[in-house]
This record gives sequence, structure tokens and C-alpha cells, in this order.
Amino acid sequence: MGNVKSGQIVLEGSEQGFATTRFDALLNWARKYSLFQYPFVTACCGMEFMSLNGPRFDGLARFGAEAPRFTPRQADLLWVVGTIVQRQAPVLKRVYEQMCDPKYVIAFGTCASCGGFYDNYTTVPGIDKIIPVDVYIPGCPPRPEAVIDGLMLLMDKIASGRRETPAIVKPHNDPVGDRLVTLGKGSPRELEIGPQSRTRDDRPNTPAHAFLPKKAAT
Amino acid sequence: MSQLLLDKLKARFGERILETSSFRGDEVAVVAPTDWLDVAQFLRDDPACDMSMFIDITVVDYPEREARFDLVLMLYSLHKGHRVRLKTRLADGATVKTVTPLWAAANWFEREVYDMFGVKFEGHPDLRRILMYEEFEGHPLRKDYAADRTQPLVPYRPEAKDKLAPFRADEGMPFGRRDWSPRDDAWKTDDIAHNEEHLAEAIANDPAETR
Amino acid sequence: MEPQDYDIAEDDLALPAEPMRINMGPSHPAMHGTIRMIVDVDGESIKNVDVQIGFLHRGFEKMCERGTWTQVFPYTDRLNYVSPMICNVGFAMAVEKLAGITVPERCQWYRTVLSELSRITDHLTCNGAMAMELGAFTPFLWMMKAREHVWDLLEEETGARMTHSFARIGGMAKPPTPNLKHRVEEVLLAVEDILVECEALLFKNRIFLDRLQGVGAISAAEALQFSWTGPTLRSTGVAYDVRRAHPYLVYDQLEFDIPVGSDGDNFDRYMVRHEEIKQSIRILRQCNKLMPDDGPIDVTDRPEVVLPPKNDVYTTIEGTIQHFKLIMEGAKIPKGEVYSFVEGGNGEFGFFIVSDGSGTPYRVRIRPPCVFTLQGFPRMIRGHMIADIVPTFGSVNMIGGECDR
Ligand code: SF4
Repeated sequence: MGNVKSGQIVLEGSEQGFATTRFDALLNWARKYSLFQYPFVTACCGMEFMSLNGPRFDGLARFGAEAPRFTPRQADLLWVVGTIVQRQAPVLKRVYEQMCDPKYVIAFGTCASCGGFYDNYTTVPGIDKIIPVDVYIPGCPPRPEAVIDGLMLLMDKIASGRRETPAIVKPHNDPVGDRLVTLGKGSPRELEIGPQSRTRDDRPNTPAHAFLPKKAAT
Repeated sequence: MSQLLLDKLKARFGERILETSSFRGDEVAVVAPTDWLDVAQFLRDDPACDMSMFIDITVVDYPEREARFDLVLMLYSLHKGHRVRLKTRLADGATVKTVTPLWAAANWFEREVYDMFGVKFEGHPDLRRILMYEEFEGHPLRKDYAADRTQPLVPYRPEAKDKLAPFRADEGMPFGRRDWSPRDDAWKTDDIAHNEEHLAEAIANDPAETR
Repeated sequence: MEPQDYDIAEDDLALPAEPMRINMGPSHPAMHGTIRMIVDVDGESIKNVDVQIGFLHRGFEKMCERGTWTQVFPYTDRLNYVSPMICNVGFAMAVEKLAGITVPERCQWYRTVLSELSRITDHLTCNGAMAMELGAFTPFLWMMKAREHVWDLLEEETGARMTHSFARIGGMAKPPTPNLKHRVEEVLLAVEDILVECEALLFKNRIFLDRLQGVGAISAAEALQFSWTGPTLRSTGVAYDVRRAHPYLVYDQLEFDIPVGSDGDNFDRYMVRHEEIKQSIRILRQCNKLMPDDGPIDVTDRPEVVLPPKNDVYTTIEGTIQHFKLIMEGAKIPKGEVYSFVEGGNGEFGFFIVSDGSGTPYRVRIRPPCVFTLQGFPRMIRGHMIADIVPTFGSVNMIGGECDR
């Protein structure tokens, strides 16, 4: 018997040796561990992206997101790493459109998230002006630890199936915290994406045993 | 040592060298646009100058001057180890002969000067834009091109939210100390009004503000 | 059975091919993201290439006209982001040349140490990426490991892994940490070990050698015609190195060799970079011996450009005013223009700066060495196969930030 919550799946073997779950939850669970990435690497952040792949951090293979696919048609995770300028924008859009659903986008670095300190005639102020984004990883460049955080946020989003609001990797101690105002009509103020949100300040609210298999309900 | 070079130039061209100067060890000679190629050719071919290496070509824009562009060519002699800067002053729309036949390396850099400043080179084999895209209008590095004026190639998504600066559009650090352009600021005021609308809405919706 | 086509010349077997035009990039794994090439091929051999740059043009020069002189430093980091400290130091030296400042001796040593560390990371990254693109993933990972060691050290010194923004006009942001020398030695040993391992892995590898040797060759005369500098020029046999030809900082007190190649092919470029890492290690060892352990880092007699000590800012009114003026108005650099250059990771990295006497740069122009190399690319690749584009382009070490600014 399995304990199925919305957007979350806990598999347990029973005596009969089978487990039950909701089909879409199973699908999401499977998806989150087999991301095929398309690295769209343009600028300085690419150096950190190399480090992320390197032996010290090994930040992608551990999460099943290592295999790069250099054709967008076979990829489902688009890493936008670095500054996107107006001239590059049609290319990025086209790459995104060529990907098959479900597709996820991670904005790696400040430039991809909002244009960074290139506030001028040639830089796109954030790739979300062109394509929707699932996870923003700020930092110029973000440290590999932050990127790993971002990848885990994305995996949580995939597992929960809720994609309406993008997730942001927050610093350990967020100076703004919940005073952050999100603008625009109807936009929710909270950017967390569910019970398993992995932003650090949410962690104390998520007891560690929530991630462990539960004893079968009596 | 390079002072010799300037002397040599003066001896050869006399009045045609309009100005020479030497500042912190950098030698500069100014010529008229019509003499540009001749002097460059001399600098390359004369055995005492022997400027075998092209270093850079660029423009400095002084919009308040009649001949607003300073075209600067930097040269280096690999064997003699000296450097010189050749300068000419160009008005908007004036052209100058290309130095591509002398140094093949000048090709892309003249394209870049054309792209960024709109200075045209006569006889250049392939004068296209190089850094910006073909559809781009204007020349971004001119002082009177507003630095934040974008010309997007793909329309922005309607659901993309505006970036709200921590300060209003008319506050904070100005873009440069001097505003070069007596430009039409309508879009900017629009921006302010737009932002203020957003701000008011945000404050109204924000329980923290009413606390 | 005897092969039937025994004495047929290879030309007879070749299928007639229409000339074709194919597009590579700008989002192609071997194009490092930001270059587009329109390749005219005949069969598989390349007739011509139109290299298009500008897919990472971020308006560096325009942004420099915005803030104060000091605010340019973060932008210079992101020019050649594989060796950011060299760009930092280069810009600081240019402004100092314009203002007529000579930094104290200890600062010059410190800048040399940081530049050489940066050069090591640059060449490690370039060689690693080049090997990876040929399918040799292990050396890439090892070189990343080595780079990580150097980055650790740089992080301890400057506070950032790669975008340091550490140089200042007339000094550095912070004095060296006390255990700099000890750490440098530690890191150098680790890097040396990894280099030996990579040599063992690559230099007897037939595939690696075959893909590099004789491919993308260019003669010294042509390289000079395209104004190449740096490792790519040296691979053709011309020993032009700014550090030797126009010694800056303390390079005239240091002993090092300039490795040169002979053929100017991909293998020579690889080897020149490889050897330069070793020379940098040699330089760093000498720096370890010669660098003074105490002394000022910032110039002390130029209060109009250098921030006062923090203690003075909080306790004296002069200090506060000076700090305020320097931050809000920027250092007033005298009117004039200079060209100053250093040996960057890719060659002569020049800054042409113009000041109008206010606190804001009037014009900052950099001379990007890898554009020159890239301009010679069609010449290098003509007549080779499409697959040769990958290692040849890798050996150019095109860095988007520097190339497109
Ligand atoms: S966020 Fe910073 S490091 Fe990343 S691409 Fe932009 S400028 Fe470069």
C-alpha cells in the first residue's frame, strides 16, 4: 500500500509485493530523476558550469541530470547559462520551441535571470522576457552549491507537478525574506512551491522524517 | 626613441602632419583624413618605422565638435619595439580610406568601427555590421545613442513582468555624468508613470505596508 | 578473395559532390555558445568559412562610460572570464599610467602572483576544453580539478572564485593573506602532479595526436599579418611576449622562458599553452622567494585616487569627506589618453582609455586578442575537414566576453 498525497509519492512494498500510486505522481517521480539537459552556455557562468560538472561538485550526475543532449529535441531541461543578448534571443527562443513537452528551464546566473549589471541596449533583461523559466539561480556567477540547490528545487517542482510560479534559490539568510513584494496583478507573494520546498529558511518547517518512508497506516 | 618617429614623420610629410604630441610615453600624430592612407603606408613601409603590426583601430566620439570622431589607429613595430598612434578627425558622414590592404587584421576592426560609430571606410572589402545585428538602427557607441534603448528582435512575452528597479526610473545613478542627447524623453516619463502605477498597486496589495 | 578495386586511385572513388553551405552555431556544442560559422563545403573539405561574432556583445564599452573609474573593474572581470585577474590588473595599470601613479613594490609582486595564477587557470581551461572536444573527457576533469585548486587559492585571496574585481586604482582591495606563499606552493605541487598525469594520458594517444598534428597550421608571416599575439603567435615560432618585450610589473626581475612552436598547428598551440603553465609555475616559485613580506600595498601619497583607511573614515572628518567624494564622484583622473597593455591569456590585452578629467571614463576601449586570432580562423581551416573545425576552434581559445565585449 502506498501513501499518496497530492503531488507527492511514497512507495512502500507490502507483503504482496506491489505498490500503488497515482499515475501522474509516478510519472513525475520518474521524470525528476532522468533529466536530459541541453546546456545553452554563452558566457562567464559557463566556467562555473564546467566546475559544476567537475570532480569536486559533480553536481549533475548525482541527480541523474548529467547526460547532455546537444539537440533540443531530445532534451527536457534547458540550462540557460550566461548573458543572453538581443542577437542571441531568437536563437534561444527557437531552441526552446524545439524542445518537447514537458520542458523545464533553469536560468543560471544573474544575467540569465534579470540581465545582471548589463542594463543596456544589447542585453535582454532576463530570459523570462522570451521564454518561461522554472528556476532562477541568482549569483554572478552562482556557486556550484547554489546551482545544486536550484536543481533540487526543480526536482521538487517536477515531483509536485506545480509549475505556475517559478522558484528562486534564496541565500542562506535572506535579508529581504518575506518582505519581498512580487508585483503585478494576481501574482502570489510566496515563491515557494510546496511542502518540500528546499529554500533554506523553509527547512526547519519540513521535518526530516517527511522524506523517509513511513510505516504503513494501521 | 619614438620621438624620432614623430620627427621622421614630420620630415617626410611636413605640414601634412597637423599635430604631434607625446603623453606618458605614447606618441600621437594627427593627420587630415585625406592623408590617412599615405601616412599609414609610410609608417608600414619605411624601414626606420617598420610598423609591421596593427594593434587596434577605434573611435572616440566628441559630439560637441564639428568633426566629431577621432579615428585612432594604433601601430606597433615587432622588430623595433616602438609604437605610435595615428589620429584623424572626421565629421559625421565623412569617409576615410581603409587600411585593410596594408594590414589584413584591420578588416574586422574597421567593421566594428562602422558598426559602433557609423564611420564608413572607402574600399573596405566587406563593410557589414559585426557585433550588432543587421536590423539594428543607429550606432550604439555614439554618445547620443541612449544606452538603455533596446531594439529587441523577438517581442517580449506579454506575461513577463517588468523589472522594477529599487529606485524609480528618474532616481539613482544617472547614465553617465552628462546627458549627451537632447532626446525625446517621452518613453522615460511613461516609464515613471507606469512604475508608479505598479508601486501603488503593490503597496495597496501588500499587507506589510498597511501594518 | 583478392580485392577488386586494388589499383584504383582514391580520387576515382570520390563521389562528385555539390558545393554546400552549412551553418554551425551559434548554439553548437563546439562553438562555445556564441559563434556562428557559415561553412562552404565541397564534399567534406572546407572551402570557406564566414565567422560571425557578436552573439555575446554586452556593451562593455558603453557601460564603462556610466559609472566611476573604479566601477569598471567588475566589467573587466567579465571580459576574459577565464583569467579575470589579468584583466583587472591590466585596467588598473592603464588608469595608473594615465594618472602617473607607481604602485608600491609589494603590490607589483602581488599583482604578478595573481596574474600568473590566472594564467594557469586560463591555459588549463583551454587545454582541458580542447581535449574534451576531442572526446578525452578524463583530462578535462583532471584539469578542472587542478583549476579548482587554483580557484580555492584565489578565493582565499580575493573572496570570489572567478569574478574577483580585486584590483583598485593605485593598489589592491586587500593586502595578501599571511599564508599566501605557503598556499601557493601547495597549489603548485597539486597542479604539477595533475599536469604530469595529463601528459601521460594524452601525449601518447594516437587519436589525440592525429587530430592535432598538422591540422590548422599557419605560418608566422600570415599570423603576423593577422596581428596575432600570445600563445597562438608563439606557436608559429615568433617569440613575442609582452612580459619580455615590454616588461611591466616585476617581470624584468624574473627568469622564465618563452615557449615557441614551429609549425603553428593545433598541437603546437596545445603544447605552448602546456609549457606556459610550467613557466608560470616557475615564475610563481620565484615570486615566493622574492616577494617582500611587508610593506604597503596601496600608494600612500595619492589621496585623490585611493580610499582612506577604514579607521580614518569612521573617526576623522577628512577621511569621511574623502571617502564620500571618491565613492560618489569617483577618482579624478587627469585629462588625456593612454594605451596600456599586458600579456593576457590570449595575447596582448590592451586598454585604450580616454579621460576628460571628470570622475567618469570618457572612453574605454580594449584590444581583444582573441578577435585577431579568430579573424585568421578561415585561413587556418581552409582545405581541412569539417571535423577539424572542432579542435582548431578549441585551440584558438575564443572567450566570448573578450571577443564580443
Ligand atoms: S551572471 Fe555574472 S558571471 Fe554569469 S554570465 Fe552574467 S556577468 Fe557573467
